[in-house]
Amino acid sequence: MKLQTLESVIAARRDGTRVAVLTDLETGEQIFYEPGAEDSLSEELIQAAQTALRGDKSVSTEIQGRRWFVQQFNPPLRMIVVGAVHIAQALVPMASIAGYGVTVVDPRRAFASDVRFPDVTVSTAWPDEAMSELRPDSRTAVVTLTHDPKLDDPALEVALKSDAFYIGCLGSRKTHAARLERLAESGLADAGRERICGPVGLNIGASSPAEIAISIMGQITATLRQSDIKPPVS
Amino acid sequence: MSITGSEDVLLTASAWKQEGRSVALATVVSTWGSSPRPAGSQLVVDDEGNFLGSVSGGCVEGAVITEAREVMRTGTPQLLEFGVSNDDAWSVGLACGGKIQVFVESVSD
Repeated sequence: MKLQTLESVIAARRDGTRVAVLTDLETGEQIFYEPGAEDSLSEELIQAAQTALRGDKSVSTEIQGRRWFVQQFNPPLRMIVVGAVHIAQALVPMASIAGYGVTVVDPRRAFASDVRFPDVTVSTAWPDEAMSELRPDSRTAVVTLTHDPKLDDPALEVALKSDAFYIGCLGSRKTHAARLERLAESGLADAGRERICGPVGLNIGASSPAEIAISIMGQITATLRQSDIKPPVS
Repeated sequence: MSITGSEDVLLTASAWKQEGRSVALATVVSTWGSSPRPAGSQLVVDDEGNFLGSVSGGCVEGAVITEAREVMRTGTPQLLEFGVSNDDAWSVGLACGGKIQVFVESVSD
């Protein structure tokens, strides 16, 4: 491996971007794969890299008569939940079991108490400050659950400017339409429409907080495992 | 972000290389049957045999490190295979009877 390739992988991990290294196991030839910067690569090699990144799995595979090892370098999965509400109490343990490092953000101390959220990182900073500090990356899901524009909107503004792979907002269609209008004032109308899952979650008829958490977790999983891996926003 | 095992190996490889040492990376590229470490597991070794990380549960590392010195000397990467039968597996430390392929390459400028 060239030192330069090694440094590129280390930099990607530090920045939270997803990259892969493809190695020809016979010759040792190596290709550094970065989503969005793959001009010179064949379609098969790009597909192999995307599959390895999507599935979190490094594999050996034969492409055009050559045996390649496709090594994925994904940053760890994270979830940021804004709003220490009842649904969050169900969502947080589910996300932890699924392998996410979870942070709950809620400046209302009565909500974000240790009793309600044991063994979880809780931030009582204002959502925009907390989000700027947490720096959502391409392996971060952001879910807002407060229903309160004062708390949800500042978090969303940071999330929409980040590479977060999933952004979901609790609220009805009507609430979501009003949210998009508010985001338009910050010039984030298009980003909001394209990237926010609202109403949040898969349509499985969920009614209790735990069921809503399941529908959210299902939608996050579908996005993680079935979407193309996009180039960084900035 | 937490420091993962894999990241630690890469950071070490980079640091050692920049200190001017000869450095090789060994990576599990294929596994068959039950094997202790998944594809992508890595080990870094220098020309004095110092190493960090793992490609198996333990004893295969000795053979990998020996081979890595040759790879550092020649600059030619090697694809190694360990395991197969249960008896052989015991002798190289793959107690589970699995089979693994390990790619060994030097870190070059």
